[in-house]
Amino acid sequence: MFDFLDSGRYDLLGAFWVTVQLTLYSAIGSLIWGTLLAGMRVGPVPVMRAFGTAYVNVVRNTPLTVVIVGCSVGLGQTLQITLGGEDFKTMGFRLAVLGFIAYTSTFVCEALRSGINTVPVGQAEAARALGLSFVQVLTLVVLPQAFRAVVAPLANVLIALTKNTTVAAAIGVAEASLLMKEMIENETSALFAVFALFAFGFIVLTLPMGLILGWVSKRVAVKR
Amino acid sequence: MSGVSVTKGTEDAGPATGDLVVLSNVNKHFGALHVLQDIDLTIARGEVVVVIGPSGSGKSTLCRTINRLETIDSGSITIDGKPLPDEGRELARLRSDVGMVFQSFNLFAHKTVLENVMLGQLKVRKTEKAAAEEKARALLDRVGVGTQADKYPAQLSGGQQQRVAIARALAMGPKVMLFDEPTSALDPEMINEVLEVMQQLARDGMTMVVVTHEMGFARSAANRVVFMADGRIVEEAGPDEFFSNPRSDRAKDFLSKILHH
Repeated sequence: MFDFLDSGRYDLLGAFWVTVQLTLYSAIGSLIWGTLLAGMRVGPVPVMRAFGTAYVNVVRNTPLTVVIVGCSVGLGQTLQITLGGEDFKTMGFRLAVLGFIAYTSTFVCEALRSGINTVPVGQAEAARALGLSFVQVLTLVVLPQAFRAVVAPLANVLIALTKNTTVAAAIGVAEASLLMKEMIENETSALFAVFALFAFGFIVLTLPMGLILGWVSKRVAVKR
Repeated sequence: MSGVSVTKGTEDAGPATGDLVVLSNVNKHFGALHVLQDIDLTIARGEVVVVIGPSGSGKSTLCRTINRLETIDSGSITIDGKPLPDEGRELARLRSDVGMVFQSFNLFAHKTVLENVMLGQLKVRKTEKAAAEEKARALLDRVGVGTQADKYPAQLSGGQQQRVAIARALAMGPKVMLFDEPTSALDPEMINEVLEVMQQLARDGMTMVVVTHEMGFARSAANRVVFMADGRIVEEAGPDEFFSNPRSDRAKDFLSKILHH
């Protein structure tokens, strides 16, 4: 049934490796940018609050395909922003990561904001009363507790991101789903085997994420 | 750890008088509710002022305006001769000199007791870690929770948590300590352990503003009792005079309800 894999025509592990890399870089970037966005949205500066709110609401409600194709066609081909990628392959990969970060960070931001709401007001008041600045209150007292409260929702975001990376196929990044498309065209006799193979591949990636982060979530929970 | 502050070479050293905290003509509204009405209050260096009054009289709000956790609508508040600045670096610096103890303790839940007492020293005062830890341990010993240093706040009783909160405020070397109903959330048998720490602080000469319902503490530790009702300061007097011979009807009524049963 899976004979087609023995032909040596397909680099299955290589394709999934690209998926993993897309996920990893995008996850790290989304966490950083999402945290900054959340900081802006709860901050005291009206301009930043407005920017954070507008950014999240525009990007979150834009289809991911539009974001990714926009990065490739708009930034890459029209504006010649290549992010230092010298060939088509690295440029496509980096633009895709940029698009995933822009999109996923909005969900990270909103998860974090709900986490910030779980931290009692008194925690921030006590921190301010000690003479800590706004940024110190946020980074030393509020966010550490907020993150612990939202490990499970962030796991959801990470799983969604992993599967969303398949959209990068739309701009020709050689990740798992692009290989799947190729296999579907070539292996018409084993269609369901191809589907099963890729579904299984993604489950292998995402199931442990959910389990591990679920465990982490319990371990780091703040006792009140 | 006394309330006497060392002059830090500031350009204006403030008035030479002993007044540390001065509120003049302070007004504040919560919506239509006029919670602070023309408040004038002066607290001298080393003085212990106890604020009492019925619920909703504005005494907690008054306490919180002193380090600007609540903003005021009009009037002025000065600490050590300097008016309270707007939110920002200046205000943060001023707050670091004003210790605050809350009704609900508000210890940082994700940090150990020791880390709670070290945080302000490390991040605001930029103290060396070893020195900060030494000071923190000494303060925790002083309030009687030295053996709990490595536990998390949730593992401590309410009385222990509140004593840690006092140690956390003292670690900044404050000029004045504000206590916002520090024993109201405690089980009865834990109230005394907190009050004893506060009594000791008062004896050591710390300037204190204490909002409380503990009349025993007011009698024994206060230099002055301020009685508030409906957003106004109705009466100010020494504790003996206030409790034995209140002048206003409002205070007589209040005392008759809480002292005889």
